[in-house]
Order: sequence, then C-alpha cells, then structure tokens
Amino acid sequence: MSEKSGFWREIARGAAGLAGSYRETLRHVFEAPITEQYPEYKRVLPERSRGRIILTRSPDGQERCVACYLCSGACPVNCISMQSAEGPGGRRYAAWFRINFARCIYCGLCEEACPTLAIQLTPEFAFSGPDLAAFVFEKEDLLVDHGGKDSEYDFYKHAGVAVEGGKGSHLDEDEPIDVRTLLP
Amino acid sequence: MNMLLGVAVMLGKMALVLGVVLTAAAYLVLLERKLLGRMQLRYGPNRVGFFGLLQPLADTVKMLLKEDTVPEGADRFVYLAAPALAAAPVLLSFAVVPFGEPLVLFGRSIPLVVTDLNVGLLFVLAMSSLGVYGVALAGWASDNKYSLLGGIRAAAQMVSYEIPLALSLVPVVMLARSLNLSEIVAAQDKCWFLFMQPVSFALFLLSAMAESRRIPFDLPEAENELMAGFHTEYSGMRFGLFFLGEYMNMILLGLLVSIFFLGGWRGPLLPPLVWLGLKTFLVPVFLIWTRASLPRLRYDQLMALGWKVLIPVALANALVTGAVLVLWP
Ligand code: SF4
Ligand code: SF4
Repeated sequence: MSEKSGFWREIARGAAGLAGSYRETLRHVFEAPITEQYPEYKRVLPERSRGRIILTRSPDGQERCVACYLCSGACPVNCISMQSAEGPGGRRYAAWFRINFARCIYCGLCEEACPTLAIQLTPEFAFSGPDLAAFVFEKEDLLVDHGGKDSEYDFYKHAGVAVEGGKGSHLDEDEPIDVRTLLP
Repeated sequence: MNMLLGVAVMLGKMALVLGVVLTAAAYLVLLERKLLGRMQLRYGPNRVGFFGLLQPLADTVKMLLKEDTVPEGADRFVYLAAPALAAAPVLLSFAVVPFGEPLVLFGRSIPLVVTDLNVGLLFVLAMSSLGVYGVALAGWASDNKYSLLGGIRAAAQMVSYEIPLALSLVPVVMLARSLNLSEIVAAQDKCWFLFMQPVSFALFLLSAMAESRRIPFDLPEAENELMAGFHTEYSGMRFGLFFLGEYMNMILLGLLVSIFFLGGWRGPLLPPLVWLGLKTFLVPVFLIWTRASLPRLRYDQLMALGWKVLIPVALANALVTGAVLVLWP
C-alpha cells in the first residue's frame, strides 16, 4: 500500500512540475519583453567599453603618441602599423599611423601597452560597412583633439625628450671601447 | 461536360486546400517565433513589414535563393528525394480531411473535402507512417554520423508511436462506427468525443506530438547533441521542405484533433469554417507552448513512455470502451 501511494505521489509531483513550467511560460506572455530594440533605443555604454580606437592629445594640445611601436608589438592580430620620426628637440612622433579595423578584435591590449596613454578605445562600436578598404584608418582619422579618459596625464612632463647639454659622465669612468677596432 | 465540371471543381478544391495549408504553415512559423519569443521575454521577428508580418515571405525568398548543397559522400538521389518524401505524405493527408458540410452550388452538391474516402482514418494513419521514410532516409543519405543518429532515432521513435496513435483512435472508430472522417464528425452531433474519450484524446495528442517530432519528443533533431539531426546537411529549399512538412504536420494534427475529438466544424453562432479554424488553431498553439515549457526527453524515457505507458493504456482504453458498448448498446 505504501509503495502504491509512493507511486501516485510521484505522479502528482511530476504533474505539478509540468504544470508549473507551463504556468511560468504563460505568465511571460503577459509580461513586457526585456529586449532592447537597438536602432530605436541605444543604451549608453560604459566609458571603458572597447570600440573604435582614437589617438589622443596631451593637455597642451600636442600628439601624445611617440611612435614607440609598443602597441603594434602588443597587438595580437598585427593590425597597427606606423613609421616613427623625430621632431625638433628630439620629440618623436608617428609620421604615419594606421589601424586596420577590419582585423582589430578590440582586445584593448594596445591601450594597455601604451606608455603615453595616446591610443585609447572608445565605446563607439557601430561603424560597420560593406567595403573592407574603408576600415583602414589613417592617423588623420584616428587623431582627436582631446585627452580621452585621463585628460590631465602628460608623459612629457616626466620623460621622452632629449637630454640637454650632453649626457655627462661618472667619476673615474673609463673611455668607451670602440668594439669595431677589435675586428680582425 | 459533367465530367469536365467535376474535374474543374476537383482542381479548384485542391488548389484551395494547398494554398490555404501552405499559407497557414508559413504563418504558423511566424506565430511560433513570436509566441515563443514572448514566452521567453523576447519580441520575436518584428522588422519585416508591419509587426513582422512579411517575415514568412522574406524567409521563403531567402531559402529559395540559398545554394542547394549536396555533401560529397552523400547518396545523391536519396539525399535529394528525402525532403519531398518527408513533406508529401503530410500534404496527401489533407486530401481526406473534410472542412465542412457538403456545399450546394447550382443544384450540385459539392463535398467540402478533396476526396471523401470511406477509409479516411486508415489513410491518414498510413500517410503518417510513410512520413518516417523521408526522415530516416535523409539521415542515412547525408553521410554524416549526426544525421545518421538522428535518422535512426526518428525511425525508432516514429515506429513506436505509430502504435499508440492508431490504438488511441480505435475507441473513436467504435463510437462513430465509421472510418470516414465526415461521418466521425457527424457522430459527434450530440457530444464531442473529447468528453466521452478523454483518455483517447490525451493518448492521441501525446503520440501525435511524438510523431511530429516536436519538443519534448524532438530527439531526431536534438540541437544540443546532434546539431540538427537528420537535416544537418540540408540547405536552402530542401531544408525548407522539412520545415514546411513539420509545420503542415502541426496543422494537420490540429485538424485531426478537432475532427476526431472536438466535433469538427460544428459549433453555435459562428460559421462552420470559422469554428474549424479556431479548433484547429488550438493544437499548434499548445505545441508551441509546450516547446517553450518542457525539456527534451531522454531516449530511453521516450521509448519507455511509448511502450510501457501509452500502448498498455491505449489497449485498456479500447477494451473498456468495447465492454461498455457491448453492455449498454
Ligand atoms: S584592440 Fe587589440 S586588436 Fe585592436 S588594435 Fe588594439 S591590440 Fe590590436
Ligand atoms: S604604444 Fe602609444 S606611444 Fe607607442 S606607438 Fe603606440 S600609440 Fe604611440
């Protein structure tokens, strides 16, 4: 008898479980969907979202990038290329700077590698298109006229300019050896 | 002259049934996507046309334009024929389903059914058995182990559920004393068979759900473990045919349930066709609701349910009905 009642209890439990899931889905029909209808409603993304990349300027309005190649070295898909150049006063800059957004995976490693905070990712993500060549962004397209996330930061206050008045010497320092004279 | 007119009427009825069924199937897909979406707190398709109403059209165009691929190792002929084999029996079944009292036009009585077969019920059962060929052959011919597994599952499942499906209709035939679908409807003049045979109704619905491979019985497709099962390799309109077959099957199921158990097109106030439409609509909606609510059965559970529960219950039900009919004629 007890086994019998266990059997029926199992059936009742199962039926209640089924009815519960049917009730839940039915209830959802009368609730408002949680979907955000994208083109009509655009959610404001967090500041640190990783989208389109920009090259920022320091507070005095100069380009931050010193063409150190660290970002292009860090980039896992090799989509950053540039040519370094040196301005008056030894300040380096990129003669040209190119990012292929068709390859970029928006990982943000370039931003982490950059010592000058020049390269930054922005929350803007909707710039897709049918033409691959249009995704190659040149320096003019990347450069903006503000400082981005940390606008007060100025790398050149601390480093990056040529030392004035020669490099100086230590006490009792030996003359440097010209290694080429040792060649046979 | 009379024969020509007969042929014209026949062709007209066929075109009407085909057109209505195909359109209904296309919009059933939309209904399923919308309803399922709302049950999962989404919207479903709402971009093509007002409220997404042109979505079926867009989907059809998409499927027609897609490349029709055949895998390299596939058995070409069988592979190409299988989708038609899956969809054709469903379409054929509609031939014997009546959708109203005979219409009297210009002194001629036109039965509102493509062919008023006197063994209509047997014909429907036979066609639903044939449906398994398309699925099993598609799985076999694709030369893909997931497809093959799906095909094998489909064959086992559909063969097993044939039996309770047929057995569950035995009491209906006993009560109606006919295999003709119009006469079965006529026999429900006083009382729907749903109230006289609730067990039969439940058995029929369950085994028909299994026959039509819908959740929770969608083991042949089982996205998580078999990708898409028997139709993994299919693309374009051949995939569309499988899809169409499944949705036409849902409509057929709705029609059959309303004819066998809900008194067909009979009902107060509204015209018969509207009643039939309303009743037919119930089953697909229930199937969609089920899809949103239940998980898939395990394979052994599926087999156990069929052989150990549905078949014995169906047999006992037939037996009891027979005994009652003999004792109180
Ligand atoms: S976000 Fe990643 S992939 Fe894109 S440019 Fe930077 S390092 Fe390269
Ligand atoms: S890491 Fe920064 S400073 Fe160096 S090249 Fe890249 S953007 Fe310029």
